[in-house]
Amino acid sequence: MKKDKIKVYTPNKKNKIKSANWQFWVIIALPLIYAIVFAYIPMAGILMAFEDYSPRKGFFGSDWVGLKYFKQFLTTKSSMNIIKNTFILGAYNLLVNFPIPIILAVALNEVGSQKFKKSVQMVTYAPYFISIVVLVGMMMQMMDQRTGIINVLLSSIGIDPINFFGNPKIFRHLYVWSNLWQQAGYSAIIYIAALAGVSPELKEAAVMDGASRLKRIIHVDIPCILPTIIIMLILQCGNIVNIGFDKVYLMQNSLNADVSEVISTYVYKVGIVSGNFGFSTAAGLFQSLVSFVLLVIVNQVSKKVAETSLW
Amino acid sequence: MKHKFKNSSTGDKLFVILVYVFLIAVFLIILYPLIYIVSASFSDSQAVISGQVKLLPVDVTLKGYKAVFKNHKIITGFGNSIFYMVVGTILNLIMTVLCAYPLSRKEFVHRNKIAALFVFTMYFSGGMVPTYMVVSNLNLINSRWAMIIPSAMSTYNMIIARTYMVNSIPDELYEAAQMDGCTPFKYLIRVIVPLSKPILAVLTLYYGVSRWNSYFDAMLYLNDQSKQPLTIVLKEILIQNQIDYTMLTDVGAAAELQGMTELLKYSTIVVASVPVLIIYPFVQKYFVKGVMIGAVKG
Repeated sequence: MKKDKIKVYTPNKKNKIKSANWQFWVIIALPLIYAIVFAYIPMAGILMAFEDYSPRKGFFGSDWVGLKYFKQFLTTKSSMNIIKNTFILGAYNLLVNFPIPIILAVALNEVGSQKFKKSVQMVTYAPYFISIVVLVGMMMQMMDQRTGIINVLLSSIGIDPINFFGNPKIFRHLYVWSNLWQQAGYSAIIYIAALAGVSPELKEAAVMDGASRLKRIIHVDIPCILPTIIIMLILQCGNIVNIGFDKVYLMQNSLNADVSEVISTYVYKVGIVSGNFGFSTAAGLFQSLVSFVLLVIVNQVSKKVAETSLW
Repeated sequence: MKHKFKNSSTGDKLFVILVYVFLIAVFLIILYPLIYIVSASFSDSQAVISGQVKLLPVDVTLKGYKAVFKNHKIITGFGNSIFYMVVGTILNLIMTVLCAYPLSRKEFVHRNKIAALFVFTMYFSGGMVPTYMVVSNLNLINSRWAMIIPSAMSTYNMIIARTYMVNSIPDELYEAAQMDGCTPFKYLIRVIVPLSKPILAVLTLYYGVSRWNSYFDAMLYLNDQSKQPLTIVLKEILIQNQIDYTMLTDVGAAAELQGMTELLKYSTIVVASVPVLIIYPFVQKYFVKGVMIGAVKG
């Protein structure tokens, strides 16, 4: 029996590959349909940005307005403020949340005691699992002007209570540093993994040469994990304008709206809440395009300068 | 590798001390809010609002939790969240495997083009409004499926799964199975799924956590109070301060009412985070593993 089978199958290798191929198509059909419906059709829906969309006339029947909404978005004073807010918040976030996890990983790598290392890791990863709603809720509770523990502690050392959520000057710091609190441990994992791969011989050689710990970090560890660092940097630069809607929206109030309104929250309010589809799609497209272009540029630069790139 | 502290130079000793000081500071800064929230949730409401609770609970009481479990909204939201998490995560896993497996096989002729099609969606998207229009045209608005189908798969997680299948399941297995007349379908069920258990554990965690924590889809697509997940209820209670005072029946004076409100908030925070934080220590090693597999791709 077995001999027969081999005889039947081997000469028809081409046919078999073909039959395997259609089965793969069947298997991937569902994910493919999903990607088309929920990623590619919305991409086609971007055309709404160029038309005066009315639900009555539908997607194909609405009047074509060309670049009207882009001009409108890029010329009004309030949108300029929103674009500025988006960039500042994104850049500030990158400046804090990119290097500190690397420092954390390097520091953890210097620790000899496994027990100590494990406990620090365990605690630093935990906030990553807290939902953003809960995180913002925690901040509001703990920073409440009258009953919040932080103001209680501040007043015990003689500092007047601070209205953290009501002060527009504090908003960006709150956003960025609470991100750090939540994500530093998680972001450090990838560097910890990379550092574990640094060859012990290199370090031994550096010790022989009398390099101090700090020098070993600068001249051995960092160069070894540089490719990882660059890849993460490229990805995060692409995300500068992609400020997550979730957290900013929750932290917003009428007092800090001037600095807290970013493109994604604006798109939500103008598009979904007020039903101004064309204009808000244009604003959203502007954000997607800027972030895509940023990603491509940073990727190309890094390809030239550091010979590391995403593609 | 690690050199004896005693034998190091003074500079190195100072450096090590600085490292420990830094890490202990990080440890405390991250730990303190977590402990404080739990302590506050178990304390007497007056002690909480007057700032007597600093680290450990003061006048331990379960009043806050009693109020939480009497709140119908929270209970309904909790049930909904569990439903969305369980059904959603199962769908996520099925879709991810169905997508990652063909893309991991070199026998699948067009795999690179198809993979590029998926990867592109990671970097560019139609945006909020066009996606909303699609969901609305599919008549999913205000349906429970709107919480499940639009986020049926994460491309990033799919790539992690594919990387695992390429690197950890030996190629020879496929050839051997093929010799025995095993079709790609059978191979998926009999070989890929059983051998991918470690990565499926990682992805269950990733998907489960993001399902449990998501609130944006509910805000966009659901209007019906009875279908809202816990996160939306939390948003109303914690952020917008909308509390159903009829739930706090046994409260008399205004001052006491304010205290109970605060206590209810702390207890709600704990209740909402417990399901995830309870499983966390058990799955921590998988969680780290997932990040590393993802990094291999980089």
